[in-house]
Formats: sequence, structure tokens, C-alpha cells
Amino acid sequence: MSQAAKRGLAARRILERQLPKIVVSPLFAASLFFVYGFIAWTVYISFTRSGVLPSYTLDGLSQYIRLWATPRWQVALSNLFIFCTLFITLCTVIGVLLAILLDQRIRIEGVIRTVYLYPMALSFIVTGTAWKWILNPGLGIERLMHSLGFANFHFDWLVNPQMAIYTVVIAGVWQSSGYVMALFLAGLRSVDDEIIKAAAIDGAGPLRTYASVVLPIMRPVFLSSFIILAHLAIKSFDLVVALTGGGPGYATDMPATFMYSFAFQRSELGTAAASAVMMLATILAVIVPYLYSELRGASK
Amino acid sequence: MTQPAPAGIVRPKGLRHRLMRILLFAVLGTFCLYYLLPLFIMMATSLKSLDEIRTGTLVSLPRQITFDAWLKAWGSACVGVRCDGLKPYMWNSVLMVVPAVAISTALGAVNGYALTKWRFPGANTIFALMLFGAFIPFQVVLLPMARTLGVLGLAGSVTGLILVHTVYGLAFTTLFFRNFFMGVSDGIVQAAKIDGAGFFGIFSQIVLPMALPAIVVTVIWQFTQIWNDFLFGVAFTVGDSNPVTVALNNVVNTSTGVKEYNVDMAAAIIAGLPTLLVYVLAGKYFVRGLAAGAVKG
Amino acid sequence: MHLLKQTTAIAFGLGLLMATTAAHAGGTVEVLHWWTSGGEAKAVGELKKSFESQGGTWIDSPIAGGGGDAAMTALRARVVAGNPPAAVQLKGPGIQEWARQDVLNDVDEVAQKEQWDKVLPPVLAAIMKYDGKYVAAPVNIHRVDWFWANPAVLAKVGISEMPKTWDEFNADADKLKTAGITPLAHGGQPWQDATIFENVVLGIGGADFYRKAMVELDPNALTSDTMVKSFDQLRKLRGYVDANFSGRDWNLATAMVMRGEAAFQIMGDWAKGEFLAAGKKPGVDFVCAPTPGGAFNLNADSFTFFKVHGADRLEGQKVLASLIMSPGFQETFNLAKGSIPARTDVSLDKFDACAVKSHEDLLAAIENNTLVPSVAHEMAVPRSVRGEFLDLVTKFFNSDMSSADAVKELAAAVKRAQTE
Repeated sequence: MSQAAKRGLAARRILERQLPKIVVSPLFAASLFFVYGFIAWTVYISFTRSGVLPSYTLDGLSQYIRLWATPRWQVALSNLFIFCTLFITLCTVIGVLLAILLDQRIRIEGVIRTVYLYPMALSFIVTGTAWKWILNPGLGIERLMHSLGFANFHFDWLVNPQMAIYTVVIAGVWQSSGYVMALFLAGLRSVDDEIIKAAAIDGAGPLRTYASVVLPIMRPVFLSSFIILAHLAIKSFDLVVALTGGGPGYATDMPATFMYSFAFQRSELGTAAASAVMMLATILAVIVPYLYSELRGASK
Repeated sequence: MTQPAPAGIVRPKGLRHRLMRILLFAVLGTFCLYYLLPLFIMMATSLKSLDEIRTGTLVSLPRQITFDAWLKAWGSACVGVRCDGLKPYMWNSVLMVVPAVAISTALGAVNGYALTKWRFPGANTIFALMLFGAFIPFQVVLLPMARTLGVLGLAGSVTGLILVHTVYGLAFTTLFFRNFFMGVSDGIVQAAKIDGAGFFGIFSQIVLPMALPAIVVTVIWQFTQIWNDFLFGVAFTVGDSNPVTVALNNVVNTSTGVKEYNVDMAAAIIAGLPTLLVYVLAGKYFVRGLAAGAVKG
Repeated sequence: MHLLKQTTAIAFGLGLLMATTAAHAGGTVEVLHWWTSGGEAKAVGELKKSFESQGGTWIDSPIAGGGGDAAMTALRARVVAGNPPAAVQLKGPGIQEWARQDVLNDVDEVAQKEQWDKVLPPVLAAIMKYDGKYVAAPVNIHRVDWFWANPAVLAKVGISEMPKTWDEFNADADKLKTAGITPLAHGGQPWQDATIFENVVLGIGGADFYRKAMVELDPNALTSDTMVKSFDQLRKLRGYVDANFSGRDWNLATAMVMRGEAAFQIMGDWAKGEFLAAGKKPGVDFVCAPTPGGAFNLNADSFTFFKVHGADRLEGQKVLASLIMSPGFQETFNLAKGSIPARTDVSLDKFDACAVKSHEDLLAAIENNTLVPSVAHEMAVPRSVRGEFLDLVTKFFNSDMSSADAVKELAAAVKRAQTE
């Protein structure tokens, strides 16, 4: 082998060894710029007096003071809390329940699964009007029950400021619980049959088998579905806009709609940026523990 | 279904078993109603005439089925001064979605492969940092993104929109592929390395053919997300190149005039049809793909 | 351009020449608007047609929804990207806000030549200008302080005259309520709540008070007894609406009046467009009357010109500005939309009785200095202040907040927004 060819081979080997990094680095750089660069920009803007358009003169904490003095922000936060809790709990409970039920050798499983899963395919821009009708007391369920002879039936949550946020939960659960079902169904399918048989031999009934053997195995699925649901909840925007427009009043406002309305309707970019920073901090608080466990799991 | 028999736990036990089955179907059926109700209302309304909508109730079946609303929504509903229906905008969406899904899926596959099968120092940190991109609310990045597109000369172009969707889809596609490849044994890759196969050789000949379930899950996810996007579409495209979600909004959210609910509903179903079809046709593979490891944390 | 033509191949040069001459005849204009339906879309269609008949190229960018919220999002993204549309349906103090960012072009050359100052109400002309130069062209004048009523329904309880004061209205409404008829058709959206509230303030406090409190945002006026009384009246109105008002679109409320399910609606004169589109006749099937106050609550739509570059696009802006202000367009557009021309010198022969009344009252209001800009419709205060105002009014309307608390919170909210 000639000297040159040897050197060429060596160079190729070095290149080959570096190739994974060469492939990953532009993608990583893009994400540094488009995610972290933009977050840094938002943090900076939150310390300025930006109004109609971004301005770059620093102004201390004034936007944060303004944000926390705004009653609407408090409402948005408490709504987020209510929504997150109910949305995540209900989606998980319904998802697990349906997955277990579907796992009982149902002949038409394919059809039912599709029915449960399809809401995930549609955005609320598409289904929003239908939901508004269903929940509207003058058009939807209430009117239907009245026409069936149940004159005392009341279902006016959509127009009731105290209850409207729960209608948002109903529609949100409708969209996402099927996806959770799919995650758990997939999880159940990958549980080793032997484990279940062993439990059966031990004399455990179906309920006990699920509660004490199967579900604990699926801890990772619980974790992934929690992360997916939490991020959907914090980002929920289309849902609120299509269903209630934030109303009645601003009773169903959420941080994402608050941020959008301050940035784009009211020309208060600074306040909007401050609220965005608050949202990002919340997301961070949810994600960091997940990433931590993810990395620990990977390095073992 | 042709799947292997699932690990059912409720074993046949005579009458009690029968009752359990009835209860089981009752619960499953009730949830079917809950999930189907909005779609049913949209369907029924889109097939009614305006008169019938005004007089009838929401959940009643159409007395006389008419496809006028569908024809109008597809071909002649007015969006601003243009009265061509949703037809041209569907095509816009397709032109935008196909490259965006293909590019983001391809990049995610390579990325996930490099991060798991060629693990180098810092790979996990890089993954963790990239993953955060999946959680950033899109409203937050709207303005800096607009500025970036302006600087790149891509403002108001479909190329710009494809770039945006690719960048923000990358976190998800990488996540799906990484989790899938984590479950693939390193042995095969190691053996190929010893045989002298290179980075891309192993990828295209060994890893990619195995990754079909992950590809299906990723494509379905990305297709749905990008097709349904409204915010980026409205901010980064101009008039005639709007995606269908923006056109749908323009048809449905009109402020004056007689509301043609049947046309609104037909338009909504048309705009949602592609994603709906993907879920119906590929739903089976979706669950299988998830089962093949794409969800394991 | 010329140098390029000389140095490139003949065929290419010819192609370019043809392209530039074709585009240059009337210029190119991209118009961002949210008039996507009914009479409004037709009216924009007219504008497009006349623009194209002069040889220009029209690029249509309609974005519907939320009174232009989605369109404003797109606008901001486009301006930040350095790629703004040539003309945007943008109005009120919003024009000044954008102008201060140095992103607008002026069309003063056209305005001077066509003497816009002489034909526009001064209050409106001032809104269209920045730094003394026209940066926007108004297409219409809407009156916000209208009652719309169904005379057949009123006759059922023996009402033959439209109310002149809020007390008279309350008396009528009580009669209707006892008879089992919904007195007020209303849609529970923040801007609609604010629309009825500002009309109440105008009726109870009069034009001078309205200006002091709602436009100048004087803290003493905002916390005055007159304001408390206005909130009391709003609370009364809340009792006159039906149970399902929340989130209802305004045109559905108009339909309730048309069908006789409700007696009154308090809404700007775009509601008239709905009546007319349904084939109803003014004075017969529906009646219009100003809400109390003897003033004129002004709302006007306009197109604002953003900073575009290139001779072709600049030409397009000038042609569009001139077209918008032409008496012919003002007539066609406003016949379709239910408003009256922004030019005070356009003949109203083809218009209905409500429009003629509106025009007369407008001239009188200019004379008596009782022409006030609407807060709810973004004519009076910056969007930040308007937002806080809407939040508070809609919260009051949808809760059992006391008027005294409302006044206090309103003053605090306005102050918060002004520190921006």
C-alpha cells in the first residue's frame, strides 16, 4: 500500500469517526439558535418597554410588576392550574381504562381504536364550532334534553363564568385521551405474557393483576404520557380560542392566550414577553425532572 | 383483526363472564358516543339545507340529504375577494406539508441514529437540550422567527414555512427515533462496524429498514401537527399561498352576513379529511409503532 | 433597469420590459384586510375591480376572525420580517402607534392634490395623519350609538316611540320583560359589552364627560359619580338580556330582533347591513334611533399605508389612496356595508333613511363639538388601554361586581396600561 493511500485511509477513518458529530452539530446548532436564541431574545424583551414592535432599551422589572398586578394574569394562572390537574388526571384515567378494556380480545378492536384515536387528528379550528354548539345551552345538549321532555335539565357551563373552564377540560380530554389510550395499549401489548401467567398462577384476580403487576411495569408509559399531556396543557391555545374565546369575560383565559392577546392584539410586547418567560419557567419545572430521569436511564 | 391474540385477563367463566362482557361493551360504546358526537354533528349539519338547520335540532339526522354545502365549500365559497372555495388552499397545504414532513423525519432519523448508535461524549446532553424545543409555545417564537425569515429572504414564502416546521418538528422526530433506536440492540451495529461498514452504510442498509414502525409514528405525528398548524401559516404566508387552515378560518370566522353553517361544517370536514384519513388508514400501524418502542421512556 | 436591459440578452430584456410596463400602469398593491364576508367582501371586490381597471395588480390577503386579531398577528410578523403589505385595514390611534415606529409611508401628495382636508370631518382627518401628513385613507363612517328595534314587538306592549333617555329605555324594557319578551338582544363578547357600555356613558354623562373620562382618561372623571351611575345602568342592561348571550356573535343577536325574539339591540350601523341583507325595510320591519346623549359615537375604517419600496409598489399605494377617497367608491362601498361615506360631500340620494339621519347627525355633531371617538372600536385610546378597558367592562358584565368597585378597578387598570 502506498504512503498516500495509507494517509488517505487514515484521513477517512478520522472523518468516519467524526461523522456522527458532523451530522448532529448543524441540527444542534439550529436548535440552539431557533430555540435557545429565541428564548434569550424573549427574556431580553421582557426587560424592555416594547410596545407595538420590539424596542431594545432596558427598563428593569417593570413588565413583571405590571404582569403580576394584572387581574387577568391571575385568572389565567389559576385556570392553568385547574385545567392541568383535571386534564392530566382525566386523560390518564380514561386512557388507562380504555386501554385495559380494549385489551380484552375485542373483535372490533380496530374500529373502536380508530374512533378513540381520531380526535387527535383534528385541530380545534376544525372541531371548535361543533363543540360550541354541543355545549351551548340554547343549541346543544340542554336544548336536546328539553325537547326530550327533561324540562329541568341544566347544562349551561359554557356561559357560566365559574364553570366555563370545565367545558374546556371536556373538549380537551376529548381530543387527547384517545392518544393516551394508544400509548397504554401499546405498552400493554409489550408486557411479557409470562408475567401475567405467573400472576394468574399465584391466584391473583384480573383487578389485582393489573393493579399490582401490569401497571407498575408501565411506569415509563405513565411518564411519557404525563410529559405529553403536561406540554399540551401548558401550550393549549387553539382549544380555548375555538371554544370560548377566553370568555365569558376572560374567565377561561390561559397563559398562552394571555400572551398572544397582549403581544398581538394589545401591542404590549414587553408584558407579553414577561408572561412568556413565566410560561417557559413553568415548562422547565416540568421538563427538567423528566430529562434528568431520561439521562440517568440512558447512562445505566 | 389479524393481530396475535392480546393478553386478555378476563377468562371465560359462564354467566359472570357474559355479564362482564356486556358491561365491557357498554363502557366502550359510551365512550364511542363521546368521541363521535362532534364528528356526527359536523357530518349531519353539512348535509342539511340551511332551512333545516334553522328549524331542526342539532343532533337530528338530515331529512333530505344535499351535497350543495360540500360543493360550495370545495369549489365556490368566498375567501376575501376570491370565490374558489378551499380547493386551491388544499394544494398549498400539500405542497408545504410533504417536504416539511419528509425533511424533518429524515433529519430526525439520522439524528436519533447518531445519538444512540454512535454515542459520543455529550450526546445525551445534546439530546436533552434539543428535546426542550418540543415544549416551546409557538406564540413565543413568532416574532424572532419572522425577523430571521426576513433576514434570510424567506419572508412570505412557502420555503420559509417549510423551514419553520422542520426546525420545530426536529425535537419530536429526534425523540421518536432516539427512543426507538434505544431498544435496538447495539450488537448488530457493532458487528457491521467490525465488518468495515461506515456511518451511512449502516444507517441505510441495517438501521433504516428496521425503523419502519418509528417512521410510521413520526410521519403520522408530523403530518398531523403541520397540517393542523394555523399560527405559522397565518403569520408567514401571503394571501394566495395560505395553507388550508387559514382559508378555513376565513370561511368560518366571517363577521357579517347570513352564517351558512352547513358550508362551515363541510369546509371544516374537508380541511380535516387528510389527517383523518391518515389516522383511519394508518392507525393500526400507529399503535404498533408505539408498541415497538417509540414510547418507552 | 436600463443598464440591465442593455447588457442582457434581447429576449430577456424584452420580457423584462413587458413585465415592468405591465406592472407600472397602475402599480401593485397587496391589501391585508378582514372583510371576508357578505357586503364587506363585495365592497372590497369593487375596490379590487376599479384598481385593476386602471391596470394595477391586486394581491389579496384576507385574514378573518376576531375583529382582525389574526390579521394583526400576521401584520406584526410581516413588518418584523421587513416584508409588510402595502395597505392594511388598520384604524384609530393604532395608526399613530405604527407610525411612531417609522414603518408607514405617507400619501400626502395625493391628499393635498385632492384636498382631503376639506371633505373629511376634522376629528377623523386628525386620526388619519401622522406628523401632519396623511398616512391612511378612511373608507367609511360608522355610527356606534344606535338602537335597533323590531316595531311589531314593541307594538305588542304598546310602545310607539323609541326611548330618549336610559330611564325611558328601562321602563320599556321592564314592560317587555313582564310580557315575556327578551328586551335586549346582546352577544357576550368583550367588544360588544364595551359597545353598550360606552353608549351608556355617552347617554348619562354627555359628550364632554365622555371625552374627559374615556378619551383623556382623567382619573377624577373615571372615578366620578357619573361613572358609577353608568355602571349601574350597565348592570340594569345585564338583567335585560337572555340567558344564552355568552359568546354570541353580534349578527346572531341582530337576527333575534329580526325574528321578534328580542325587541332591541344596541349596536353600530353594520347591524343595518344584516337587516337589509335579509330583505327588511327600515321604518317598516325595523327602526333605528340614536341612543341617548344627543351626540355621535364615531367609528371609521381606514386603510393604512405601510412602508414598501420600489416605484411599482409606491405607485400602487397612491392609486389605491386616490381610489379609496373617490366619491364613487365611497358610495358603492358604504351602500354595501351599511355605513356612510367618510367624505361629507358625497350625495346620500341612494342611501336609506337611517343613513341619511346618521349623516345629518354627523354634520350637527361636528358643528356642536359632540362628535366622540369610540373606545370599543379602537378609535379613542391605544390598544393597551382599550384592552384593559374591555377586560374590566366584560368582567363587570359577567360577574356581580359592584359599581363602586368597578370604578376603582377601572381607574387602576387604565393607570397600569398607561405606564407602558
